[in-house]
Amino acid sequence: MTPLAVVDAQTLVDAVALGATYALMAVGIGLVFGVLRLVNFAYGQLVMAGAYTLAFTSHLHPAASIAACLAVVVALSTVLDLAVFRRLRSQSPAVMLVTTFALAFLLQSIALIVDVRDGTIGEPVRVLSGLNRAFTVGDLHVRQITLVTIALAAVTLALLALLLGRTTIGLHMRAAAADFRTARLLGVRSDRVIGFAVLLSAVIAVLVAVVLTVRRPLVTPAFGLGETIVVLVGVVVGGLDRLWTATLGAFAIGVATGVINGVLPTDKTVFLPSAVFALVILVLLLRPGGLFAPRGAASVERV
Amino acid sequence: MRRTAPLVELGGPVLLLVAAGVVATLVSRSTQIYVLDAIVAAAMVAGIYVFIGNSGVLSFGQISFVAVGAFAAGVMTVPLALKGSILRDLFPILRDHELGNLQSLALAAAVGAVLAAVVGLPLMRLSGLAAGIATFAVLEITNNLLREWRAIGPGATTLSLVPQTTGPFQATAGAVLVVAVAYAYQRSRAGRMLRATREDAAAAQAAGIDVHRQRLWAFVLSGALCGFAGGLYVHMLGSISTGQVYLELTFLTLAMLVVGGLTSLWGAVVGALSVSALDSLLSEAERGLDVGVTLTLPTGTRLVVVGALMALVLVLRPSGLTGGRELRLRRVGA
Repeated sequence: MTPLAVVDAQTLVDAVALGATYALMAVGIGLVFGVLRLVNFAYGQLVMAGAYTLAFTSHLHPAASIAACLAVVVALSTVLDLAVFRRLRSQSPAVMLVTTFALAFLLQSIALIVDVRDGTIGEPVRVLSGLNRAFTVGDLHVRQITLVTIALAAVTLALLALLLGRTTIGLHMRAAAADFRTARLLGVRSDRVIGFAVLLSAVIAVLVAVVLTVRRPLVTPAFGLGETIVVLVGVVVGGLDRLWTATLGAFAIGVATGVINGVLPTDKTVFLPSAVFALVILVLLLRPGGLFAPRGAASVERV
Repeated sequence: MRRTAPLVELGGPVLLLVAAGVVATLVSRSTQIYVLDAIVAAAMVAGIYVFIGNSGVLSFGQISFVAVGAFAAGVMTVPLALKGSILRDLFPILRDHELGNLQSLALAAAVGAVLAAVVGLPLMRLSGLAAGIATFAVLEITNNLLREWRAIGPGATTLSLVPQTTGPFQATAGAVLVVAVAYAYQRSRAGRMLRATREDAAAAQAAGIDVHRQRLWAFVLSGALCGFAGGLYVHMLGSISTGQVYLELTFLTLAMLVVGGLTSLWGAVVGALSVSALDSLLSEAERGLDVGVTLTLPTGTRLVVVGALMALVLVLRPSGLTGGRELRLRRVGA
């Protein structure tokens, strides 16, 4: 094996893990978008809340810590859903986006207040930090968490596919995503479908929180914000309307940025964000339904 | 009595700004900074309102124009003698010239307008969610370029040594100018056509209005006003870094516009001044405010309160404090 090929394999594995994390977040955002038509800008702050819970319960058994994280994130997202999201249902998607933008800042500032009580910013997470150990295959050094992330994402997506494809509630969710009003007329209970989507997306936020805190153990108020922005980019490029292509878009952005950051030296990648965001604008202009939307099915402004 | 309506509609916001300007000359130096900040914020929000308020299309990108205006005015007014040493990597044309105060404000407006035209030409075809996300991408790109491209600015370091020419007079005069232009635009034929597309895009189009062109005009005008406000801002602060004209300022100015009422100039000015006042009060309280006993709020309270207020208004009263209407005097008659 030439040294270059080794670097590539190493970079590729890490990049796929990054893509897998983004794919999970994309599913979390996409599920809620399907039923509420709401792009949740504050999704990263759910992950952040989960990460802080993991930090504050680091002295407990990992299972207890993760259970606490689950409780906090589910409670928080249920509160947001009942207090804000559902009341905005009659509003336009743009107003909802502004509102979640405000919520993101709100939650981030609350986290800041909670965090700096001890005088320093940032809290370390030690839950499952053993997964950072690397093992060696040939010349390849792979951290366990890298494989865990990929496996976790694959299993989650497979389970979700089964849930959406084979169960009644899954069918209801797909129906609601396709046409909410007609679905309601045909007997789909909107409260249950929305509640379930919000719950699922909260559970996925917990998975993301666990995976991300193992990789980057210092939790700050901005934790998850950068990821959310990149995932939103991927979701738009993939096509917001369809869950699986949206997920694929986020996965692709993760792999691409992972590979580019791994291969090019840092001073060559400073303009990478500009390139990525320019790509989003291009996709929005040329293929408003996303890269994978069938031709001719570009969304038309409804009258 | 209808003829008095324009007088009241423009006079109300102007009077409010002038009153704030007078207050700025009367208070102590440390309080004055807050008042000037509020007045400049009103200029920014009025600039943002020209596009969002009249078109009804959401944009997260208007702070990009504030940012390029601020950096253009800042970079061009740093004294030549110092520029060679602190901004070595600039393009020669930027490095070897220096502008006066008013010229730099004109430049800021021009740069904002040009960027808005370049960006708006393709983007104004979008609306709703797509427009929100695309304009957000514009903000990210602007921030990325300003941070990393050292040929056009100071890069990731803070630009300092900018002359502090925005005192009470320049802030007030500047903000009044922005508000007057914004008002003149919304009363003009173009402004009315754009407002018609906001109410019903299909009907407006059927009546022969070119939606794309009207949105583009407003976007460019908004870019110019935001750039100008950015120029006022940098001359008030005396220094600027890219982080100051990015997400947090976008959030704060949108909060001001939403709280005041998205669809009226009166709302933009009232929202900017009232949210600024609240914001200043809270940031003083974060440092310890003496109200009989010393009240010290934890750092971050400011954004929690503003964020909660914005969310509350969006959920409970989406038309804002002013109901999205221009100022009317009671019993003036219809």
